[in-house]
Amino acid sequence: MEQAPARPLVAGGGSSGTPPRLAAALGRSPRVGEGFIQAFLFVSAALSILITLGIVVVLVSESRLFFADPEVSIVEFLTGTKWQPHIGQFGILPLLTSTLMTSAIAMTVALPLGIGVAIYLSEYASRRARGFLKPLLEVLAGIPTVVFGYFALTFMTPLLRSVLGRDTVEIYNVASAGIVIGILILPLVSSMSEDALSAVPRSLREAGLAMGSTKLETAVQIVVPAAFSGIMAAFIVGISRAIGETMVVALAAGAGPSFTLNPFRGAETMTGHIVRISTGDLSYDSIDYNSIFAIALALFFMTLTLNVISQAIVRRYREKVE
Amino acid sequence: MIEPRHPLRFEGHLGRRQRLGQAMTSIFFLSTLIGVLALSALLYNVLNQTAGLRAVEYKNDPTALAVDGVAVEDLSREQMVAVLQANVTRGAFNKLEDEKPFRQRSREEVYGLIVERLLKPKVVENWSLVDSLTKRSEIEAFVAAEAPGARLEFVSWLTPEFVSRPQSSEPLRAGVRTAILGSLLTISITIVVSFPIGVGAAIYLEEYARDNALNRLIRTNINNLAGVPSIIYGILGLAIFVRAMEPVMSGAVFGLVEDPTTANGRTILAAGLALALLVLPLVIINAQEALRAVPDSLRQAGLGLGGTKWQTIWSHVLPTALPGVLTGTILAVSRAFGETAPLVVIGASTYISRDPSGLFSKFTALPIQIYQWTSRPQSEFWNLAAASIVVLLALLLALNAAAVLLRNRYGRQAEQL
Repeated sequence: MEQAPARPLVAGGGSSGTPPRLAAALGRSPRVGEGFIQAFLFVSAALSILITLGIVVVLVSESRLFFADPEVSIVEFLTGTKWQPHIGQFGILPLLTSTLMTSAIAMTVALPLGIGVAIYLSEYASRRARGFLKPLLEVLAGIPTVVFGYFALTFMTPLLRSVLGRDTVEIYNVASAGIVIGILILPLVSSMSEDALSAVPRSLREAGLAMGSTKLETAVQIVVPAAFSGIMAAFIVGISRAIGETMVVALAAGAGPSFTLNPFRGAETMTGHIVRISTGDLSYDSIDYNSIFAIALALFFMTLTLNVISQAIVRRYREKVE
Repeated sequence: MIEPRHPLRFEGHLGRRQRLGQAMTSIFFLSTLIGVLALSALLYNVLNQTAGLRAVEYKNDPTALAVDGVAVEDLSREQMVAVLQANVTRGAFNKLEDEKPFRQRSREEVYGLIVERLLKPKVVENWSLVDSLTKRSEIEAFVAAEAPGARLEFVSWLTPEFVSRPQSSEPLRAGVRTAILGSLLTISITIVVSFPIGVGAAIYLEEYARDNALNRLIRTNINNLAGVPSIIYGILGLAIFVRAMEPVMSGAVFGLVEDPTTANGRTILAAGLALALLVLPLVIINAQEALRAVPDSLRQAGLGLGGTKWQTIWSHVLPTALPGVLTGTILAVSRAFGETAPLVVIGASTYISRDPSGLFSKFTALPIQIYQWTSRPQSEFWNLAAASIVVLLALLLALNAAAVLLRNRYGRQAEQL
């Protein structure tokens, strides 16, 4: 006599015993909307790639318009020492040298000070001094660049002129802009260097001190070399910021490109030139107007290269520490 | 046994080494001090320009225009009109009436006419606030000797009226209301656009993205974008929003153009979108950090209760990360608030005295105003620039204080989890 198999009271193993409606519910994606949400999230992230592509496409295509003009040749653009659009001279060198000059002056100010600040805050400062000084530097980092431009023009320039003489220093000059950019990027350099210094393992410091070296020797001969690549990365990011800095040079470095290496004379930088052309009343398709895209392209490549290098350094450094 | 090549003489070296240590310590401290000093110099320099004495020569003495002992600037509108009528020729008065009837002019406008037509002030010399307070007698002697006809006035540039008045070409009557409104409108667009997209991108990268080539590219790319100079974003905005999408940005597509002859793509909307692109990488990076700080146990709890991935993120991860995300966004946005270069490139208007009426208005912004006033040679405009810097810094301080408050209020709750 056959008995019908008893229906198990409790589902044992597998999903055979799950009520059919629940099984169906588990099988399909429970909430159709989630697919859309995930798609939106992906698009948001991918937008950043679109932005980069947008920048490259815009700069390259507009620069091609500029270089397509019979008056302009790429060779002349890269090697010419005169930027005088009204006589058809488009050499980027005057703009480039003044950009490099402001950046060099800025780094001369920001690098030693930045490393000094970083060593002081990470190796010497008491907890209280740190808690007081670090926020102050963050305030400095949060001040808009146009305010630094005002500072350069109304404070640094008169200061330089009164110290070095009104005949040596022009009203608009590269030195004043460079020094103020240095102050502007000081918080960036110091906080990046400090991060690098505090990432150095404590055991290295203890080893140094135990071997009888003074605090200074430990800091300078052990901690700083161990954090060297981090400091290098800070240095490179600092240069990149200095090159791209706009408002300080637009206000204080002078209008009108001039091919000079004298920091006390006025000379327009690449960013300063873009600002001056943008504020003028030039029509969209004039050659002057298109030239700002070519300058921006050069600027973009310079800063991008520097940023990529600094990231590579940081990444390699992080691997080494880990 | 290994002999040291140079015999060690600790005693001789030690003093020198320690002295060097002390000297260098003070040098390190000094560099920190220089940073702090630079900040103080900057703030001092700004505040020093926000008020001060100035010597002014008037064509007509303002005291002579007073009515019944009430100074001319305190008169009512009707009295001012009467003063004006009494002192200019009938023809000139009628001409003014034709341009715009006096009934429709505000008290401020009539006073402007009195200044322009009757007082005609000419500034002889300006002094900074500190000089005005400490060298008063020298200044008085200077004025008596150099410009006997001039009156010495104490002018404060940073007044409540300065914040509430629209832009004007007359320094003493210029204000920053238009610029503040422009800045606030622009920044609202930036927040509305960059916050959802930035947080969305961060959620994708932290919660969903697998470690594959595409996602690595996105991550590297975001880091690179954060280092692109702001002026490049201005150029991008100029090419895409202002030129390529001109009909959308000027509002023509929506039929919202006020004046078709002057409408162009250089609007608040275009500026806000360009700034949104600029801060997007920062918003993403900050939000990623906030999400990373959420403990994994919360995610496991949500998933363990049968929540789907998104339900877990929405109900567990995001609420916990929110204070951090908001703080990061506020910090990123406050950077956009002070940005000048991209707005200059996009084409902020040089002179606007009318409040922005909507997203498709031409725009000016507080940093633009500072830039323009600083770049003018007359020292009065530097005073105006200093006053607007104080306004800008105060607004930024308010934004950052909000961020700190958020962090303190909600940050502790998150820590307790």
